[in-house]
Amino acid sequence: MNQNDLTSIPLYGLMAEFDSAEELIAAARLTTKAGYKITDAYAPFPIEDLNDALDLPASRIPIVMLCGAIIGAFLGYGMQYYATVISYPMNIGGRALPSWPGLIPVTIEFTILAAVCCGIFSLFIVTKLPRVYHPVFNHPDFRRASQDGFFLCIRAKDKRFDYVATERFLRDLDPISVMAVEK
Amino acid sequence: MIDRVISPEETYDSVNERISAIVFKRQRSWGWLIGFALAFLLLSVLVGSLFWLFFRGVGIWGINIPVAWGFAIINYVWWIEIAQGGTFISAVLLLFHQQWRTSVNRFTEAVTLFALACAGLFPVLHLGRPQYAFYLMPYPNTLGLWPQFISPLVWDFFAVVTYGSVSILFWYMGLVPDLATLRDRTDRKYLRRLYSIMSFGWRNSARHWNHYETTYKVIAALAAPLVISVHSIVGLDFAYTIVPGWHSTIFPPFFVVGAIFSGFAMVLTLVIPVRAIYRLHNVITDNHLRNMAKMLLAMGMFVLFGHFSELFMAWFSGDIYDQYHATHEALGTYAPVFWITFVCNIVLIQLLWFKYVRHSPVILFLVAGAVNVGMWTERYLNVVGSLHRDYLPSSWAIYHGSFWDWSTFIGSMGLFLTLLFLFVRFLPLVSISEVRRLVYERDIE
Repeated sequence: MNQNDLTSIPLYGLMAEFDSAEELIAAARLTTKAGYKITDAYAPFPIEDLNDALDLPASRIPIVMLCGAIIGAFLGYGMQYYATVISYPMNIGGRALPSWPGLIPVTIEFTILAAVCCGIFSLFIVTKLPRVYHPVFNHPDFRRASQDGFFLCIRAKDKRFDYVATERFLRDLDPISVMAVEK
Repeated sequence: MIDRVISPEETYDSVNERISAIVFKRQRSWGWLIGFALAFLLLSVLVGSLFWLFFRGVGIWGINIPVAWGFAIINYVWWIEIAQGGTFISAVLLLFHQQWRTSVNRFTEAVTLFALACAGLFPVLHLGRPQYAFYLMPYPNTLGLWPQFISPLVWDFFAVVTYGSVSILFWYMGLVPDLATLRDRTDRKYLRRLYSIMSFGWRNSARHWNHYETTYKVIAALAAPLVISVHSIVGLDFAYTIVPGWHSTIFPPFFVVGAIFSGFAMVLTLVIPVRAIYRLHNVITDNHLRNMAKMLLAMGMFVLFGHFSELFMAWFSGDIYDQYHATHEALGTYAPVFWITFVCNIVLIQLLWFKYVRHSPVILFLVAGAVNVGMWTERYLNVVGSLHRDYLPSSWAIYHGSFWDWSTFIGSMGLFLTLLFLFVRFLPLVSISEVRRLVYERDIE
């Protein structure tokens, strides 16, 4: 926690509101350039340029989904193999026991279901949701983040965070307002 | 370009207001109440029919040998094909960057879910002993039994379960940012709490959007092959047998295009009145309807090709049973069904070649409605037309649906419409966050 004399309440960060998505992207770019690392932006829709401006790495959830898909495929095929070859073999006209082409459709369904479930599950883990209460909701205008507001937040736990300097930095970005957000 | 999918006068705020007002205002709308009451009445017809079915068994239906697959399977195929439209619009068109999908995807995904709910019902009812439906599920049991994994009917079970689960997850995932918008737009304490919980406390963070967008696209990419597998398997349910007219390799792709065809038809049938009632012309523009009309025409031509291929193969195979089946369809007992199908699915859609028709919502609505009828009669022909004339003339029989067949079918529409009415009233029927993005993209263009 940064020491500062201006406020004795624990601080989550400083939040600046911008007029448009373009201004938010430009401000985010400058913030990243200034060396702030623990930052976040809030916009009512996903903006690709913002990922770039905040220097966010590409999401790794697809890799988790790929792993899920592979596990699902093995589980699906393995279950059917066990059922039709080991647990309950049936001789139908002398056909080979693991008649694998017939096992493919269920394997495909298992693969897709496992991948999608892994994707959704890891989305919950990565975003740390559900979390109904969060400090950012303390900002009086934050409701607009889901409607037409564009916010940029520099967290107090950022190494370069200094109440006075950071506030001045944010004000220089020409926002509508800069506000301290309590924890 | 983008002007064609969203009106230039819409802003972030007008979009938020227009769509969320459908949920928040219109408290006492007589139209909605009457519509819901009618749908609910039909739903109670379904409940009554099911009660009688469970009490007496499938003997109350018209089915017998050789036509043992009657209305239940016709309705199952009809409903599941309707479901296809939503997934196609929301997943396949997303992957092809078709911006016009944005304003209709939420609604069509809801159509998918509700049609799937109806579709899932029929195979279970059809079992005769529905209490044993869970035997389809592989689970450790004291009987030491497993489902027969090399049977399309078991594939079907897995396909429908996967399709249903993925559709619900995909739909709800799209809803989360919109539920957050609703949370932030209401001042009523309990509603705010409710939407807060339903949206998992979504706070529109760029870091979250980053993961969300990626995951959403990958799920869409998985949903696209999933629907194709589902409808191929439905086709294989038929093609795996040796019944004349069914035993054909064209069936899986034929069912896939038939599904997109009937899916688009149902979406048009529903979107045109909804757009008019809720005055969503700025968001669901005429251009959306035109694009869907073009898709409907293209898919209709594919279906025509499938019919042609069936006829050709009947002739080319030299198989007398197939040839008899092909001619008997058009001239035999079920000739009226055949000609209704012919007019609705093949003749009427040719109107869509004309610009005037594609630009007129009323005619488009009528053509799409005809296709819905035509797809049902087509499935009737598929199921009954083949079964009632199999290899042994001594076992030939004529099939007609009984009163309870019809009441169950009409009742299933009640289930569909009841869910749809509730959806339209309580959830945003257009994706607010995606339309906001359209506004942004239009502005920077």
